[in-house]
Amino acid sequence: MALFAPPQRLELASGKTFGPVNVAYETLGTLSPAKDNAIFICHALTGDAHVAGRYGEEDDKPGWWDAFVGAGKGIDTNRYFVICANVLGGCQGTTGPESPNPENGAPYGREFPFITVADMVRVHKALVQELGITRLLAVVGGSLGGMQVLEWAARYPESIASAIVLASSPRLNAQALAFDKVGRRAIVTDPCFRDGNYYGHEEKPRFGLALARMIAHITYLSDKAIEMKFGRRLQHSDELTYDLLQETEFQIESYLDYQGKRFVERFDANSYLLLTRAMDYFDLEAEHGPMSRCLGKTDARFLVVSYSKDWLFPTAESKMIVRALLEARRDVTYAELESDHGHDAFLIESEIPKLTQLVRPFLETTFRRIAD
Amino acid sequence: MPDPLAAVTDEVIMAEIDPGSRVVDLGCGSGRLLEKLRDEQGSSVLGVELDLGEFLGAVERGIPVLRSNLDRGLQAIPDGAFDFAVLSQTLQQVYRPLALFDEVFRIARRALVVVPNFGHWRARLQVFLQGRAPVTDALPYEWYESPNVHFLTMIDFRDLANRGNFRIIKELPIIGARAVNRAWMANLRAHSALYILERR
Repeated sequence: MALFAPPQRLELASGKTFGPVNVAYETLGTLSPAKDNAIFICHALTGDAHVAGRYGEEDDKPGWWDAFVGAGKGIDTNRYFVICANVLGGCQGTTGPESPNPENGAPYGREFPFITVADMVRVHKALVQELGITRLLAVVGGSLGGMQVLEWAARYPESIASAIVLASSPRLNAQALAFDKVGRRAIVTDPCFRDGNYYGHEEKPRFGLALARMIAHITYLSDKAIEMKFGRRLQHSDELTYDLLQETEFQIESYLDYQGKRFVERFDANSYLLLTRAMDYFDLEAEHGPMSRCLGKTDARFLVVSYSKDWLFPTAESKMIVRALLEARRDVTYAELESDHGHDAFLIESEIPKLTQLVRPFLETTFRRIAD
Repeated sequence: MPDPLAAVTDEVIMAEIDPGSRVVDLGCGSGRLLEKLRDEQGSSVLGVELDLGEFLGAVERGIPVLRSNLDRGLQAIPDGAFDFAVLSQTLQQVYRPLALFDEVFRIARRALVVVPNFGHWRARLQVFLQGRAPVTDALPYEWYESPNVHFLTMIDFRDLANRGNFRIIKELPIIGARAVNRAWMANLRAHSALYILERR
């Protein structure tokens, strides 16, 4: 959907203006006549609008949260109308650095403005409004998606009846900032990066982007998960080769190589820089004042979930959100879910049943309450 | 395991809580008491529960609830957030009751505590005559499956009050289905007791 077309412009947090913005979004389920059953799902760093379902019978890869979203699932599309949209600055349909600049037809590249989580949410709010929905039953998201949920609550307190924040935080800690830095460094030092203007060239900065992904991927896993899955098992033979140039001696090396390689096929390096920066910049309290005040403006019910082995967005950061909400006397439910998986747990199929048994009744009671 | 005395203790507790109060129930189970407090007395409520099944029961009732281990403190709850903290059949199940009371009186002005009375005559008889760990209506578990890690009598609780950061402002022995203001030989006759405590 085209938004912020002339004469309108999107006002960015940086002070600049931007437009037009094309938003890629998908919907599932049916919007009720009262338009009170809409749930907006905010994807994480590298997600997209394709949250669930398959494009036809030939499609062998369903959406990224297919175990959780669908008919009879945690977010039940038989009852709710689900919207998921790619974020501003992304590379999966919504306007981003890879998109052509309407002024000259060439990709924006480095011309693309700096964006923040607030900017992403502004665009999504405009989309929701365009769909004729004034109040969402819920906004749901994990990780960077959870940050967007918090931004929704602070920026549009009257537009949401509930907020579900998974494995997230009101701001990244220094360790997480550090990992993002290394990832970006890998990209910008790739000779093929060419200051961000690589679109016309055959070679993309795929080595840098793959390396960034490999580092990030480690931060999404727990030590235990990685140990159980790979341990010290060797990839090619039963014996060490004593060859320095043998890059994939251990299975974990081969796994990371594969993750990196697969990632560059679907993701744009400029988007990666932009979105990690947006995540780094996000600081709910710096933007909106103390959480107990900025989250106190909404009547929304909150469900906050953290995972026991998540060291990127640790439980303590979710508890800060809970504490602030209680200070503001909001309705908040909180659970740390036990999982051997790390930060990624909210996306992992085997962990979805735990999340489902929590989210289903939470949504049901919220829906019942607003229907009354 | 259904608690046969739950209905009785709920009623006794509700009578002691002013309408419209802010109430936290520590060890709230599936939120039965909080639901009544919210719907019938206009309380604003929060539950804390460790057991996942019970916790989900509270979510199903639409009760805001934190899944948390009381033995690890209540860091997510701000100071002075509540008028009342309820510990109904909870205290005997935590490892360090005095440490919990520090947290209780950080977050709440008053506490309502219901504990089984180990001094009840049935319990005493079973120990004395049969030489066995007691199993009664108020202490319904075999020793090997009991969630209770402490056993105390009404006299013991008064003793604790002298050491803790609180004082007892009301003591209601629960005899049969009734909580009474004063009872002859209460420590022998009451299967449980309700205490209202205030920060010292």
